[in-house]
Amino acid sequence: MASRGQRPEHSGPPELFYDKNEARKYVRNSRMIDVQTKMAGRALELLCLPEGQPCYLLDIGCGSGLSGDYLSDEGHYWVGIDISPAMLDVALDRDTEGDLLLGDMGQGIPFKPGSFDGCISISAVQWLCNANKKSDIPAKRLYCFFSALYSVLVHGARAVLQLYPENSEQLELITTQATRAGFTGGVLVDYPNSARAKKFYLCLFSGPSTFIPMARNEDDEEEEARESTFTVERVPYRMARRGVVRKSRQWVLEKKERRRRQGKEVRPDTQYTGRKRKPRF
Amino acid sequence: MKLLTHNLLSSHVRGVGPRGFPLRLQATEVRISPVEFNPDFVARMIPKVEWAALLEAADTLHLVEVPKEPIQGYEHDERFLRKMHHVLLEVDVLEGTLQCPESGRLFPISRGIPNMLLSDEETET
Repeated sequence: MASRGQRPEHSGPPELFYDKNEARKYVRNSRMIDVQTKMAGRALELLCLPEGQPCYLLDIGCGSGLSGDYLSDEGHYWVGIDISPAMLDVALDRDTEGDLLLGDMGQGIPFKPGSFDGCISISAVQWLCNANKKSDIPAKRLYCFFSALYSVLVHGARAVLQLYPENSEQLELITTQATRAGFTGGVLVDYPNSARAKKFYLCLFSGPSTFIPMARNEDDEEEEARESTFTVERVPYRMARRGVVRKSRQWVLEKKERRRRQGKEVRPDTQYTGRKRKPRF
Repeated sequence: MKLLTHNLLSSHVRGVGPRGFPLRLQATEVRISPVEFNPDFVARMIPKVEWAALLEAADTLHLVEVPKEPIQGYEHDERFLRKMHHVLLEVDVLEGTLQCPESGRLFPISRGIPNMLLSDEETET
């Protein structure tokens, strides 16, 4: 999980970070469970699997199997790989339906070519960007992971990897290695205006690229423009705001709209919004 | 570990390549855990199954009633699909080992989880 403050990737290798204490959080903490399940749902949606067909999927960094449970609920079968024995123990205790494997994704994926109909991964891939041993070279491990992933997927299958990149260089490193391994596709950003709800999904296609799904946004604004374009739109917007009186109804409505764009929870606009109270005395 | 997983697992020790299949299975503890029968899924997995590897694995586990090969029109043959469902998804190896046929490397299975971690020297570069 990316939290404010220190990033878990900096505190050491994942098999040590996800110890018994950390693993227990994934059973007890309902907010964490909710976030994980939601992301798994979104990843499965982005996989665009054929409707009503049970598929055989791979879950990289399956951890305690929260994402896998969602896959099972949707009628799919899955195999999970994780490097943390403590997390896999939790998965065993929770009686997940998928098969589990202790393995390091940076060492490749030990399956025959063309085994899986798709792959999802929740908050795992950014771990590959950190070297915990002298012999670890992030670019090499990423390439090893992506090339193995490319081979274990059925031709034309997709992989949707949700990740927390630390900065744009890291994201570029990851996408470069994925492209080198033969994948096409790109990064999809959900709720790009919000600092907390923002989520990165790396959507990879192992065959001819069809279409990239649309990012979710509160008012469906298109956020596709990768390069900045010259626009004069912002100037009149600023000028308009200058005239608005603070705490007036229009100011409140604008503020609520802005918070909604950021993906925050905002009460609906009603006739009472921004209305002055009656003078009591 | 289910036999379906075993049928798709392949060793990834450095330099082994496609000869890392099938992994030789040795089991000391096996459990039958019931799984809901889904004919669509089993029928979809049949073409992926490597029969020689499956029969060998079933043989080491002393399973009976394993179909020798896929039959014609198996998609609609419920008896055949149920048998395959049992072999592929319900037989669960809890304790044992997997051995890479090429390098002889042993991968232990404990509590149903194969340990596929490699040391630095064994990793593909």
